[in-house]
Amino acid sequence: MNIQEALLEYCLRLGDNSLIIGHRMSEWCGHGPILEQDIALINIALDHIGQARNWLTLAGELEGMGRTEDDFAYKRDAHQFRNLLITELPNGNWGDTIMRCFLFDTFNFYLHQILQHSKHDGIAAIAEKSLKEINYHLKYSSEWVIRLGDGTDVSHKKMQNALDDLWMFTGEMFEADEVDNLMLEESIGADLQQIKEAWNDYVREVLEEATLKIPENNWFQKGGKQGRHTEYMGYILAEMQFLPRAYPDAVW
Amino acid sequence: MLSNEELEKEFQAKIDAEIKIEPKDWMPEAYRKTLIRQISQHAHSEVVGMLPEGNWITRAPSLRSKVILLAKVQDEAGHGLYLYSAAETLGVDREDLIEELHTGKAKYSSIFNYPTLTWADIGAIGWLVDGAAIANQVMLCRTSYGPYARAMVRICKEESFHQRQGYEIMLKMAKGTPEQKQMAQDALNRWWWPSLMMFGPPDDKSIHSAQSLKWKIKRQTNDELRQEFIDKTVKQAEYLGLTIPDPHLKWNEERQHYDFGPINWEEFYQVINGNGPCNRQRLKARIKAHEEGAWVREAAIAYAEKKQAKKTAA
Repeated sequence: MNIQEALLEYCLRLGDNSLIIGHRMSEWCGHGPILEQDIALINIALDHIGQARNWLTLAGELEGMGRTEDDFAYKRDAHQFRNLLITELPNGNWGDTIMRCFLFDTFNFYLHQILQHSKHDGIAAIAEKSLKEINYHLKYSSEWVIRLGDGTDVSHKKMQNALDDLWMFTGEMFEADEVDNLMLEESIGADLQQIKEAWNDYVREVLEEATLKIPENNWFQKGGKQGRHTEYMGYILAEMQFLPRAYPDAVW
Repeated sequence: MLSNEELEKEFQAKIDAEIKIEPKDWMPEAYRKTLIRQISQHAHSEVVGMLPEGNWITRAPSLRSKVILLAKVQDEAGHGLYLYSAAETLGVDREDLIEELHTGKAKYSSIFNYPTLTWADIGAIGWLVDGAAIANQVMLCRTSYGPYARAMVRICKEESFHQRQGYEIMLKMAKGTPEQKQMAQDALNRWWWPSLMMFGPPDDKSIHSAQSLKWKIKRQTNDELRQEFIDKTVKQAEYLGLTIPDPHLKWNEERQHYDFGPINWEEFYQVINGNGPCNRQRLKARIKAHEEGAWVREAAIAYAEKKQAKKTAA
């Protein structure tokens, strides 16, 4: 794998994370627990989709084959998507969604904090712009994890359950492969080990305040970054890609 | 102290002088009730209206169109919030209003009981449904109750943006492939008549109209607004190259308006009374969201109380 190939992969991972978690969050639209939180979740979904557009457009420019953001979003099959597994899991209840956001947002925050200083100008620029939004996402999900974890007995149980369900999908974030290593060597990408430490500290701190217990399980699921997904991914794409697939000649 | 009759006279004099009524001002009980009914109905419509459009967010055919639709639905949720707040200035609780929606006591715009079957429906809703809503809302920017009028000014700005976005979808589809054009025509066929019904029953059948006009809650009649909307929309349909599904539609030189065919008021009343294609689903979706969200709301309150207790103890 050369640097150009790794760079493209790297952008797709960033773009696909945003696109797929944004897709999941948009499913909440109109179904949230209270109108204010409906608005907040739509807002965050909008940020994610907006970020996805930036990353996928950059990916198209780097590739130089004329592919657009929509070509990447609508014309790839599941094995060509590079998002983390945690982003594609079903929403579950509102607490499950918030816990997923929290675990991912923490990772995303530290990742973008490093990427804003990337040697690659395009990556640095998008990261810097996204960071303001991600900062808010993390604040929002952290506050809700604490509120629900330390709320009532019912909410506490639901949040502990959410954490137990999601924990096995967190390890993948920090699992460096050839792409990550190459990007790190070139000072383009982030050091996942460094992120892991920061992530651990912050997640522990918040979960402690939320009176939640970190699961002991250390066996993690992985594969999303390389295109091996969960069973859910195919359904996301079937839904998301329906129109451009059914009417390939149409412009929308 | 003034008698009720004197107060009412003074109130009507204010209205006639175009002075806005504010929350703390004296107002007839019936005026207050009418406003609560109308504003809460309007708020519910915004919130229920998120459902038919939300139905296509995950299937929007481009990322740009997805972002536009998400932002639009978010605006609607925001409109719901302003309107619930405006209603609360009249001394009611949002929670009680929502309860009335869920028990079927309060109504919402009947248009949202129709299904969104294709992507063109998202265009048609923006173009026709938001278009009809704007006609009504522009009038409401001058309504006599201050908080309602001010909420409407903000809402109108966003709604006209939505209408342009809807029209843009229609334009792309009407000028697109034969399949897209067919979807656009089909959407127009299905949404045209329900959009005309949005203005409410004809003036001679409208039970609330006369009093609302006197109080300047409304400033134009249902039929006037409906005619204005039709006159404006016919030309837009022509530009799209689509046919409005009304064989009686014809320019009347003498009236300087379009004549149009009879509206199926039987369908209108059936849908209002619960027999539309999606009434049950829409209400169930709202109730489900509310019930499944109860633990979240309760936890938020419990947490806030704990925090407060700690603060007090410290």
